[in-house]
Amino acid sequence: MFKYFEPNKIFSITSKAPKYVLVLFIITISIGLTESLILSPEDYKQSHSVRIMYVHVPAAWISLGIFCAITFLSVIGYIFKIRNFFLISKSLAPSGLVFNIVALVTGSIWGKPTWGTWWAWDARITSMLILVLFYLIYLVAWRIYEKHDKVFRITSIISLLGIINVPIIKYSVDWWNTLHQPASISISKSSIHISMMFPLLIMTASFALFSLLIFLMKYNTELIKIKNKGLDRL
Amino acid sequence: MINEIFFMKGYGFYVWSAFSFTFLSFIVLYFVIKAQYIKERKKFITKFGTLNSERAAFAKTQSINKEILSNSSII
Repeated sequence: MFKYFEPNKIFSITSKAPKYVLVLFIITISIGLTESLILSPEDYKQSHSVRIMYVHVPAAWISLGIFCAITFLSVIGYIFKIRNFFLISKSLAPSGLVFNIVALVTGSIWGKPTWGTWWAWDARITSMLILVLFYLIYLVAWRIYEKHDKVFRITSIISLLGIINVPIIKYSVDWWNTLHQPASISISKSSIHISMMFPLLIMTASFALFSLLIFLMKYNTELIKIKNKGLDRL
Repeated sequence: MINEIFFMKGYGFYVWSAFSFTFLSFIVLYFVIKAQYIKERKKFITKFGTLNSERAAFAKTQSINKEILSNSSII
């Protein structure tokens, strides 16, 4: 099954896909922005500041999702010695890091009118900051180590250590007394009205498309980098 | 209507700052990754140009190399 993940076979798809993903992203983000900034109602308690949720929550979800994907791919890649999985993980990391930073900064901006402070060493916020550090360490490891075996092992260890932080982020609002509110949405139920849920889902879809676009561009770059080294050996 | 969109009952600064930061981050990330792609592709084309005809013909047997040479732009 893994032979279908061979870079030589999928480059023809990954090199053409970005332009279609970009078009889809522009369409969904246009709908998302109209919904979240104009059409969705203000909150009865938080008034218009609730609109920050439409960038903050999708960014947080996607940064967590990407880190889980990185860990899964790194572990499977290490066990089955699939080099391409490491390449995919490495290509996912930049967008994961940026979404993580966006979640922290927009959360901080939301904190000022809601809590009266830009920053608090609250369990949720601190654990998200720790995730940024794991993303940074992960990306720096790819820059420092050149030998494949070593970099694969080290990045797998970093992602495995970092994944311990993910359930802490998720349950921090339940385990500790935090400024951050508990989750409003879970798989089984949601306390958000459809008029706010719709823009939230549209913005999540558009952010996911943007991370796919960045992933494809980065993955193609990494493949060309490998081919550059291949030309040196000819 | 326009005033409400901009000022949002005093929350406009916070809302617009959050959205601006998000999209500025997206734009920076997009152009950084695009610049990396262009740099690597240029390097590949330059290296390919230095190969003798025999090696170039051999390199072209790999479809991925042909794809890299033919793709004029990522987007």
